[in-house]
Amino acid sequence: MSAVVAEHDHHEEHHDHGPAKGLVRWLITTNHKDIGTLYLLFALAMFFVGGLMALVIRAELFEPGMQFVNPTFFNSMTTMHALVMVFGAVMPAFVGLANWQIPLMIGAPDMALPRLNNMSFWMLVAGVVLLASTLFMEGGAPACGWTFYPPLVLRDCGHALPFAVFSVHMLGISSIMGAINIIATILNMRAPKMTLMKMPLFVWTWLITAFLLIAIMPVFAGAVTMLLTDKFFATSFFDAAGGGDPVLYQHIFWFFGHPEVYVMILPTFGVASTIIPVFARKPLFGYSSMVYATASIAFLSFIVWAHHMFTVGMPMAGELYFMYATMLIAIPTGVKVFNWTATMWKGAMTFEAPMLFSICFVVLFTIGGLTGLMMAVAPTDFQYHDTYFIVAHFHYTLVPASIFILMAAGYFWLPKWTGNMYDERLARFHFWMSAISVNILFFPQHFLGLAGMPRRIPDYAVQFADWNMVSSIGAFIFGFSQLIFLYIVIKTIKGGTGEKVTDEVWEDASKHSLEWTLPSPTPYHTWSTPPTEVPSEHF
Amino acid sequence: MSTNAHDAYYIPNKAVWPIIGTAGLVTMLAGFANYLNGSAAGSTFMIVGLMIFITMLVGWFTLQATESESGMYNHGVGISYRMGMMWFIFSEIMFFAVFFGTLWYTRNLSVDWLGGIGDGPGRSSHTLWADYKSAWPTNGPGKVGGKDGEFEAMGAFGLPFINTLLLLSSGVTCTWAHHGLLAKNRDQLIKGLIATVGLGFLFVACQAFEYHEAYTEMGLTLGTGIYGSTFFMLTGFHGLHVCIGAIILSVVLFRSWKGHFKPENHFAFEAAAWYWHFVDVVWLGLFIFVYLL
Repeated sequence: MSAVVAEHDHHEEHHDHGPAKGLVRWLITTNHKDIGTLYLLFALAMFFVGGLMALVIRAELFEPGMQFVNPTFFNSMTTMHALVMVFGAVMPAFVGLANWQIPLMIGAPDMALPRLNNMSFWMLVAGVVLLASTLFMEGGAPACGWTFYPPLVLRDCGHALPFAVFSVHMLGISSIMGAINIIATILNMRAPKMTLMKMPLFVWTWLITAFLLIAIMPVFAGAVTMLLTDKFFATSFFDAAGGGDPVLYQHIFWFFGHPEVYVMILPTFGVASTIIPVFARKPLFGYSSMVYATASIAFLSFIVWAHHMFTVGMPMAGELYFMYATMLIAIPTGVKVFNWTATMWKGAMTFEAPMLFSICFVVLFTIGGLTGLMMAVAPTDFQYHDTYFIVAHFHYTLVPASIFILMAAGYFWLPKWTGNMYDERLARFHFWMSAISVNILFFPQHFLGLAGMPRRIPDYAVQFADWNMVSSIGAFIFGFSQLIFLYIVIKTIKGGTGEKVTDEVWEDASKHSLEWTLPSPTPYHTWSTPPTEVPSEHF
Repeated sequence: MSTNAHDAYYIPNKAVWPIIGTAGLVTMLAGFANYLNGSAAGSTFMIVGLMIFITMLVGWFTLQATESESGMYNHGVGISYRMGMMWFIFSEIMFFAVFFGTLWYTRNLSVDWLGGIGDGPGRSSHTLWADYKSAWPTNGPGKVGGKDGEFEAMGAFGLPFINTLLLLSSGVTCTWAHHGLLAKNRDQLIKGLIATVGLGFLFVACQAFEYHEAYTEMGLTLGTGIYGSTFFMLTGFHGLHVCIGAIILSVVLFRSWKGHFKPENHFAFEAAAWYWHFVDVVWLGLFIFVYLL
């Protein structure tokens, strides 16, 4: 590839190297750092919106009986909380990280397709706006669960259904364009010496995640399109009277849905694999096995979907196949947990906020993984299915995993991006508040689930009262603790502790990855000339 | 490796078309959703959104074509574009896979279960509809849609077979045009493209005729149970993609007239041709699984 980059349209705007002025800059920007910032700020905003919805849920569940909201609105909240967190917070946050970090880490001047990049972001915003508009509409927001199962969604979804469907279409287009961009960037824009097996793990995990996204978002789009035609155009895809089958929807949905949860966890693995070696001051243990494990998890994610449907009524052969296939995922995941632990083994560790969050991720994600293994066993899943046990399971794999790692990434890279150091004392306080309250919040839900409390209900039998109260207290502590994060982020952007960081920020970080060899804060344009040397994985 | 700016990876500084396109699309979809909910203003918004979207397409395509012709895209940019198109087509394949998968699942599993065949969950359905015999084509135990619940399935030979020949020959003319482009034979390029676009629209016309016959003569509509649903969903989305492909090829044809494209630099032509062949292959799948079997 070429050594020099044309950064502007040199026919017209020879003087213009920087961003456009004012707010318009953000509408029309094609700069990967601008777009990364937009994604991250949007995700942060949505994290608080989705979090507020979660607090509505936990407030209602604080005590048995109906306190604050009516059941339909409660169901709207569970539905919207999930959709906002998945499509508005976690996925965009990782795309934001990808935008910022991938070009910096592989020595590229920008994303491969900058205009498409801008469109991906605004499509996301438009999609989320379409979805959020249903909150204000006759019949309210979808109250059918984020999975949109028919026939419930077709009978019970008021005016919201077409908006939700088109929102999924727009979010899908956004994700596919973003993923195409990431693949083209990684495969086409690497610095000359950056071979595939020298790429930072974060880049590797995103390459594989991007492939997953392109494969699954069209599937989700197809599924919701059939919902739309069943509702408005008289088709019978999910109607047994016409020869269709509602279970078919569940198969298609989870063919999308299972890889989708890995879309949220694989970049998490990537960030953890990037942070842990820096603070252990050792190279990542088992780099190539990490790459292969990620690829294996991605492959397996396509052939295990029906473990979400063990109780729906499948032939016995299906139950057995999906049970065994699901258990296989424990192997590559175990490889990863082992490698993170081995990376820390005999390392000269320090415990700054990014490392604290990362270690906490390894421990709590393992708990989430083990409960996953319990539910992979079909006969026992019949007991746990649709109880609070599954709620506890997937929140352990998402909150103290994806969300914690996003926090870690924020603390890890904000000094690089802004040139300012965050307040370490406050960040550690944020960590301990989050780490303790997240367990108060979700651990009791295991007990509730095993005792038989069903999910997605606004009221419950009195024997569940104690643990629900504990869980709700944890939820409010966790929720309000995140305001500390917001404060730290704003303060860091505005100047932080006043201490200017070095280019390397973290001790010896430049041995690990290219971005630490750039100035802090990173200039608006970086790697206009690709780096000639890249870090080696052994040092 | 050269320091000449024309040989460098082109990074545009800012772009107005993406946000305009997004605004157009979201207006169109919000309008459509309102229309489906019975709002009178819905269709107006749809039309306005569509206009904005078309404006974006024209504007963005023009910008890309101008930049390409002025030599701003080097080899690296070309590779990014090709990768982009390749993965976009992969996403389209996955989109069609959903509907082919639906057809496979209903034909081979769920309709049988409804009829009480196999050890699947269908035995309970059989208690609901004891008289239902598993069959294909079917509009289900409720005899949904059709003329008084009856309908005629679409045969493979006749119009669908002619359509197969039309699309296959359009693939040939497309490749012939490409050979013309590579051999700097502009006349062959333009003639080949005209033939391809013409055959494409002829295909769409035949399909429109086929649909008309299905709706008026055969009792076969989108609402005719699972057979009608899968038939029209698969062939309908394919037809839509033929239209999109033909429009892309028309743009390429227009650019060929204007003297664009060189043997070593004609990404737009390649992308259009790949898309066209993809649409072609999907049709072969349709012809086999929807019409023939």
